[in-house]
Amino acid sequence: MKIAIASGKGGTGKTTLSTNLSSFLSETESIILVDLDVEEPNSGLFINGNLVYQEDKFKMIPEWINNQCQLCGNCQKVCNFNAVMKLGKRIMVFPELCHGCYACSELCPTNSLPMKPKRMGELKHFKLGNLDFIESKLIIGEEQAVPLIKQTLEYVDKQFPKDNIIRIYDSPPGTSCPVIEATKDADLVLLITEPTPFGLHDLKLAVDTMKKLNKNFGIVINRYGIGDDKVLSYCKDNNIPIIAKILNDRKIADLYSNGKLLYKEIPEVKKQLEKVRDYILKYQTEKMK
Amino acid sequence: MKEIVIVSGKGGTGKTSITASFAYLGNKDVIVADCDVDAADMHLLLKPDFGNPKDFYSGLLAKIDQEKCIKCGKCAAVCRFDAIPIINGKFIVEPLNCEGCGYCPLVCPTDAIEMNEQNVGRLFVSNIKTESKMVHASLKIGADNSGKLVAEVKNKAKEIAENEEKKFILVDGSPGIGCPVVSSLSGASFVVLVTEPSVSGIHDLRRVYQVIKKFGIKAGCIINKADVNKNKSKEIHNFLEEEKIEFIAEIHYDENFTKAMTYGKTIVEYDNGEIKKILEDSWEKIKELTTNL
Repeated sequence: MKIAIASGKGGTGKTTLSTNLSSFLSETESIILVDLDVEEPNSGLFINGNLVYQEDKFKMIPEWINNQCQLCGNCQKVCNFNAVMKLGKRIMVFPELCHGCYACSELCPTNSLPMKPKRMGELKHFKLGNLDFIESKLIIGEEQAVPLIKQTLEYVDKQFPKDNIIRIYDSPPGTSCPVIEATKDADLVLLITEPTPFGLHDLKLAVDTMKKLNKNFGIVINRYGIGDDKVLSYCKDNNIPIIAKILNDRKIADLYSNGKLLYKEIPEVKKQLEKVRDYILKYQTEKMK
Repeated sequence: MKEIVIVSGKGGTGKTSITASFAYLGNKDVIVADCDVDAADMHLLLKPDFGNPKDFYSGLLAKIDQEKCIKCGKCAAVCRFDAIPIINGKFIVEPLNCEGCGYCPLVCPTDAIEMNEQNVGRLFVSNIKTESKMVHASLKIGADNSGKLVAEVKNKAKEIAENEEKKFILVDGSPGIGCPVVSSLSGASFVVLVTEPSVSGIHDLRRVYQVIKKFGIKAGCIINKADVNKNKSKEIHNFLEEEKIEFIAEIHYDENFTKAMTYGKTIVEYDNGEIKKILEDSWEKIKELTTNL
């Protein structure tokens, strides 16, 4: 079962929920935590596992070979991203614009643009007790998160071919392509928000996104107690389940800022995680029926 | 005219609240560009009138004409994005996967595939509560945020700033280090980093600063919620020194930020005490830092 933790707005507690929930659940069963916020992955700051595997991740981009090229310009013509250009007697490739579609390469009459791997990020796999933690990090200067998210999920699928272990995906913020890539295979999405006007506004966007993807989802409210009660009334009016509430607490902010897990020191947080666990179990049982 | 971009790497550090305050303080001198088009929140504080809406088209989407399709499967074979699955014996484009590369129509023997431009959102040029304007957008759910809409928002803001002889464009960037962020940084005169003293805040600050460095843009930093973790704040100060990033201000944790937001106000309208003073001083300092750029 795959559970994505997403939010719309950044900084609402995706990583807090992902790491605490994964660690808590792994006390009694095997869990896989995957950090898919490849632009700014933070789960690793809270999970100190042993590194068991590491690999570079590559995207394929064309590389121009001069000797047979007739400079016909077909490559430039077929590229929709302006990533290949004929400039004088040269073909220039702009790797950061390339989406890796292979059109220029495969449609070149002289095979002058073979596809070559270019490093875009790094995947690491850690183990800590029952917890497998996988994170990918985009290298600085690479702009496209989606190909790395995709390859990270492929790695997880390959390592754990049977879908019998709970997987938790720490997703990127926003509502555009990286979030879609990170959540589209999830069975259940937990949206974490905070009870403020910004939180509510972005929660609505996240809800619309999940509806569009036909996802089952529930809400976790973080920093409960600040702001107003409009998130509560929104959820009530729209029949969206509120699974748990994590209080606004200076001690939480303090533990978080130091990279520590919360539930081990704050019983109230553990109680909320139990609610999330029960919700997941209930969902799992219903799904099996 | 100076273009000041506010970024943070990590989300939720207070970027938008602080940008809105500067917009309020700068008043008629400032054009605002909300470039966090994925989750744009600035409008909740600056109360734009959503003026001059304009549809924005970006990227292409393949469409297969089932009448013409002979089911040869060549399109699906060349697609690197698994965007053409077979559903009930028909080759159908899965819009969420289609990258818009346009390879499939080139190999289709019966010209059954056409590429159509996608409406990805709307762009607004609004009057706001200050004596100035704000350019902002709403991105459609799940739309491709390749940075083109961000660039469009910025270009529009620049055009207005030039026509109306404004002194500053304030750009609220998005979290992360990917396309939208790169797009909001291009052409900037100065970057204001808003961070918080936590392991994540620092980790993300370091990464986004590496991107800024590549552009060779000068930067300053505001440490928000500085008192939450004094050791981590110190770590940030050390990093700023190492990288020669200007320290602008420290702001202590204050729930007035949230309270102001619930009233739809910028913090400088709501708070008459210390925070207002810090932000006024910060804005003066930023103006000073950008004078000779």
